[in-house]
Parts: sequence; C-alpha cells; structure tokens
Amino acid sequence: MSTTIRIASGQGFWGDLIDAPYHQVTRGPVDYVMMDFLAEVTMSIMQKQKLRDPSLGYARDLPGQIARMLPHIMEKNIRVITNGGGVNPIACRDAIFREAEKQGIRGLRVGVVLGDDILDAIDALAAQGIELRNMENGADFAAIRARLVSANVYFGAFPIVEALRQGAQIVITGRTTDTGLTLAPMIHEFGWAADDWDKMAAGTVAGHILECGGQSSGGNFLGDWKSVPDLAHIGFPIAEASPDGSVVITKHENTGGLVSLATVKEQLLYEIGDPREYITPDCIADFTSIRLRPDGSNRVLVSDIKGRPATPFYKVSASYHDGYAAFGTLTYAWPDALEKARAADAILRTRLADLGCVFDEVRSEFLGLDSCFGPLANIPEEINEVVLRIGVRGKDKGHVARFGQELAPLILTGPPSVTGFAGGRPKPSDVIAYWPALIPKTAVTPTVLVEEN
Amino acid sequence: MGRKRIRLIEIAHARSGDKGDAGNVGVIAREDRFYPILVQELTPEVVKKHFEGICLGDVDRYELPNIGALNFILHNTLGGGGTVSLKNDAQGKTLSSAMLRLEIDIDEQLLEG
Repeated sequence: MSTTIRIASGQGFWGDLIDAPYHQVTRGPVDYVMMDFLAEVTMSIMQKQKLRDPSLGYARDLPGQIARMLPHIMEKNIRVITNGGGVNPIACRDAIFREAEKQGIRGLRVGVVLGDDILDAIDALAAQGIELRNMENGADFAAIRARLVSANVYFGAFPIVEALRQGAQIVITGRTTDTGLTLAPMIHEFGWAADDWDKMAAGTVAGHILECGGQSSGGNFLGDWKSVPDLAHIGFPIAEASPDGSVVITKHENTGGLVSLATVKEQLLYEIGDPREYITPDCIADFTSIRLRPDGSNRVLVSDIKGRPATPFYKVSASYHDGYAAFGTLTYAWPDALEKARAADAILRTRLADLGCVFDEVRSEFLGLDSCFGPLANIPEEINEVVLRIGVRGKDKGHVARFGQELAPLILTGPPSVTGFAGGRPKPSDVIAYWPALIPKTAVTPTVLVEEN
Repeated sequence: MGRKRIRLIEIAHARSGDKGDAGNVGVIAREDRFYPILVQELTPEVVKKHFEGICLGDVDRYELPNIGALNFILHNTLGGGGTVSLKNDAQGKTLSSAMLRLEIDIDEQLLEG
C-alpha cells in the first residue's frame, strides 16, 4: 500500500498552457497527472466538430501533449487521467495510439470510459419516464428537445478507478467530473471504500483545488497579485495525498507562482454554492469542515474534511441551440469620447429599429469605463478614449447579420474620431445554451474499456 | 477610538466565477481578526444594495468560519449566463473586484491589530 502519492494538475481548461503537463512530468516527481478540459458547454462544441468529422470531438491538443509526455511517463511509470476525450474518447485513444506507434512504443495500456453521452438515447430515456427537467428553473425538457445539441451525464471517479485497476496507464473519459479525475487515483492507491464518505470528500476537495490548474498556485490571485513570483514560469499545483485523506497542496521546486493559504482559499471558493453541500456523483463534501495549515514554503496542508452520502442522481449537462449572436467594437477618442460612443450606439439602434430588426437583447458596454463594474464604475471627467462594444442576440439570423453590416458605416456616417474597426463585419454565431438536469443513477451505466496498442 | 471608512479590499480578498446566470463571490478575510467584521458588515442586504443594477435577483450568503470567508451567490446577474450572455464579463470574473470596492465603517484600532 502506498504511503503518499503525488497527483499533478496538468490542465485547467481546454485552451490552457499547452506545455503545463509536460513540465509536471519533467520538473519533479509525480505519480499521476490529471488534465481537465471540460467546461459546461465544451461538449456542445465537440459534438459539432464530431458532426462535421466523425474522427473528431475530443480535445485536439491532447494527443500531441501526451506524445511529448510519453517517453517520460513510460520511464517513470506516471499515469495520466483526463476528461479530454470529450464526445469521442475512442477516437482520442486511437490518436494517442498513433502517436505511440510513431515513437515505436508498443504495449501502451489506455483505458476509456464510455456511456456518459446520452444524446442518442434521449428519446428512449424519455420513454422510460425520465423527465430531464431543467434543475435550475424546472422547465420542461420538451421545450428544447428539437434543438438539442449535446447531452452528457457527469460520471464520478469509479469508472476511472476500474480502468486503473485494469492497468491503464492513460485513462481517457468523456464527461467526468473535474474532481473525479483527482479522487480516482486516491481510491485506487489507498483502497478507500466507496461509502467512506469523509475520504470521498477529501479527494473531492483536493480535486476542486487542482481542477483549475494554475488558479490555485498563484494565477488569478487577487489577495496580493504583485507578491506572486515569476508567473511566467508558473508551476501548476500538485496534491500530495495520504491514505488518511489529508492532502498537501504544493508545486515543483524552482517553478514560479505561489502556493499559500490565501491562494488555496481563493480556489476553494471558486464557483461553489452552499459550502456545506458540494455535490458530486461520489459524495457530498462539506467545505465548512476543511482545515488549512501552512506546511513550509509553497506547501499547504488540507485536512479534517467531512463528507456525506452521495445522492441517487447523476447531473446531466445538456446544451441546445438558442438563436444567434454577434459582437462588434468601435473606439472613440477625445474630445467627448464617451458622448460620441453613446451617440453612435443610439444611431445604430435607431437604424436597426427602422429596418425592423428584432433582437432578444442588445447590450452596449464601454470598455475601459464600465464593462466590469456597471453602475459601480467611476467615470472620470476627461476620457482619452473609450471602446464601444455592442452585442446582439436574437432568433432571426438575418437580423443578427444586418447588425454586423450596420456597424462599420458608423465610421463615415456617425460621430468623429472613431477607429479600431478591424477584422471585417461581425458575423452571426450560434448561441448554444446550457441545460442542467438530473437523472437517476440507475438509468445509465458507465462502460470501461482498457486496451493495448 | 474613532471609526474609519475603508474599502473592503483593505481587509479582504476575493474570487468570483459563474454558476449559470448567478455569480459566486467568495470573500476572504486577510487576517482572522477581520472575519467577524465581514460577518457583521457584509449582510446579504448590504451586498444586494452594493450590486444594485448589476445583481437583479436575490443574494444568498454562506459562512465558512473555518477559512475566514463568506460565499455570496448573486442570482440573475450575468445576463443569462455563460454562453447566452452578451456581457464582456459573462463569467462574472471581475465581480470579486467589484465587491472589494464596497465601503464599510470599522473601528480604527481593528485595522492596527
């Protein structure tokens, strides 16, 4: 039985620092690397990519990232766990196998977790009486059925644990919770029971601290951002986990960034609701039980975490098409920069109204002045320049396109000292809205496949 | 001892993010001794008033005395949420900074510790 294991965060979102996981396996000792790629609507983007090309639908950075890590993870027996399989974990695995073969590596064991994608099963589930009501507002699923783009169940840690048990060195999942990627190796290594709720909660809290990458090791740190050394070379966080459920959050030596009580506290609070009820498929973690203590330079000990039994439901993350949107900007300079921007905004709205364009929403913000603070913003008397940013959203694609055509003419037919119109007309893009729901755990079954190349 | 008007940023830091159309703002005391001030001063009513015109729904407050922090949920704040919102800050990333502008009156001696 292991004493402690080191689980490294390698990716906090799809588009994060590409070299971060490579640095995690080369700059110091680790046993596992977890890589989180999936935000709420990422699956809908991947589903669209898969529709265009059936061999896509996963995080396309991932095979290249793994390829670079492969010699190191083979040599040091490091295991990689990621939800970057998106809506096509099998294709992702095959791309990784191709990378392995290019390097002459045989016998690489890769596990995939399937079964989270319920898009094709949605009508069969409905026939079983599963409602998929919107869990935030109670709305009826029928309202969006025809416009559905993706539907995925959030699985927890246990399908990954099964893949690890079968000897997978790399585990590729679809919609697995971010926290499950970190909890799984702890369950596997320490033999924790599924109903040891305090342990499930401990691994879940560690997962919450790791899941946003550098955001717990000095990135986006409001406490005292100027005190964070060398963000250019930020070390992503590492959880040093013990069998008793305590975890030390740290990072590799000789990397930039900062792990402190304050950086860990900020990440603990990130995107949580009721801290007594952090709900995952694996448990309910109580964030008011967490004890933090300093444990040396760039080390924070996280302990005493309490958990309660998991609920009988999985969360479903569905997405649906909800019209079109477009955005454009124009920059106005002194004198009267703000007045000019406001006048341009009014002229544009009048022209669009005259054309009969109808939108669900038109929003104008003044970048540099109030887009962050709205009514709380202090507006100085003399303004050098301001960026007018206008967004429109509506059901009629033609109206949204017309907005894009009406913006540039303001340069020659509106207030003066205007610039910053680059990149052509704003084009309508699809609005994909998010639909959260619950589904009984008995209605879906994860499948685990482990194969060697 | 006199009272002093300060901005929250002097005694707290914060992080914010989105939960659908709601923003979450975690506010953390810079020193343990400041936590009771946060609990006393940052009522849901005070926060709701501070975010007038930004937060269009209710404000829920949760206490985390174990880490000297409060968590606020600002409902109906992000213009429909992540992908639907037309806001520049559709994910509520800067609500944390906006929160720290809030002004409160505290005993001067508390600041000196």
